[in-house]
Amino acid sequence: MPPTPEPEPLPGDREPAEAATSTPAATPPPTPPATPTPTPTPWRRSPGIRVGASIAVATGLYGVSFGALAVASGLTTAQTCVLSLLLFSGGSQFAFVGVVAGGGAGSAAASAAALLGIRNAVYGMQLNALLHPRGWRRLVAAHVTIDESLATSTGQTDPVEQRRGFWVAGVGVFVLWNLFTLVGALAGDAMGDPRDWGLDGAAVAAFLALLWPRLRSRDAAAVAVACAVVTVVAVPFVPPGVPILVAAVVAAALGWRGARERPDAAPAATPGADPTSRGGAA
Amino acid sequence: MSTWVWIAVACVVAYATKLLGYLVPRRWLTNPRVARVAGTLTIGLLASLTMANAVATGQQLVVDARLGALVAAAVALLLRAPFLVVVIVGAAAAAGLRLLGLP
Repeated sequence: MPPTPEPEPLPGDREPAEAATSTPAATPPPTPPATPTPTPTPWRRSPGIRVGASIAVATGLYGVSFGALAVASGLTTAQTCVLSLLLFSGGSQFAFVGVVAGGGAGSAAASAAALLGIRNAVYGMQLNALLHPRGWRRLVAAHVTIDESLATSTGQTDPVEQRRGFWVAGVGVFVLWNLFTLVGALAGDAMGDPRDWGLDGAAVAAFLALLWPRLRSRDAAAVAVACAVVTVVAVPFVPPGVPILVAAVVAAALGWRGARERPDAAPAATPGADPTSRGGAA
Repeated sequence: MSTWVWIAVACVVAYATKLLGYLVPRRWLTNPRVARVAGTLTIGLLASLTMANAVATGQQLVVDARLGALVAAAVALLLRAPFLVVVIVGAAAAAGLRLLGLP
């Protein structure tokens, strides 16, 4: 809609046919819609939509790597696609197939995925306070609550843009991520031995790339190093997949203790103002 | 078949976790300790998954082309490469090292 109400359309703006049909006798000219609230930015110039769309394309594309890695780890194409459709949280999905690829049990894979998804509950709380979705929208919003939609939404200052950013990033990533997961799974299936293509190296790189943006503080780096060491030490002693759960316990303990020692280090800004400080956007 | 069961469990738990954030009273999760543990848990799990996928084969620690992929990916990240490029660099490093004869 045009941002400012025009009392009368300019002469050149109207199609002759439309002008003819809309003037039976003494009908007053169509009144412009009332705009009691400040009009939002037009769609094409909306920063929330722009950021959301570009994040959706960038993130959706790497669904290819998830699809290929998942079938390389031994999952079927159907299982791979169900993970993207229903689990729909990149870190958790990579964790699931990462444990399966290492020979871990399904229970360990599901546990790692579940623990990695805990941050989404914190995101959900922030987004609920920001967007107040109601009814069925709340159920859909929960499903598309991921790193990218939180980061896009909280990166905007205007409430309308926060809402647009969340939905465009969330739904956009969902559509493209699932599309490219299928592409990756079909390509991976046709590739033969995944090791010849370095797909196990791709998995390592993917995990490191997911971790990297969260290492901005010294505390975060310390947690990462501690958990990496614990994992390597635990591998020979416990079944595959379990070292990751041991590291989770260590990480939780470090977070718990750190919060007690430095209460002033708690996030003091508005909710979601800096998602990266809490392990935010990938 | 049991893989399907664990996939279903993971999917249900993941959605329930997300929905929980929209349903619980705000003060529960604004507790700084909860927020902090959620953050360190994410970091710790990703670090652990990185190492497990780089050096573990079953219950054995193995040095092979995957370690080269880890180093190559770290270099790419230091050079601020985007996610997809990092993944491709990791794959290329592992595939290249295997061509050179590494396990």
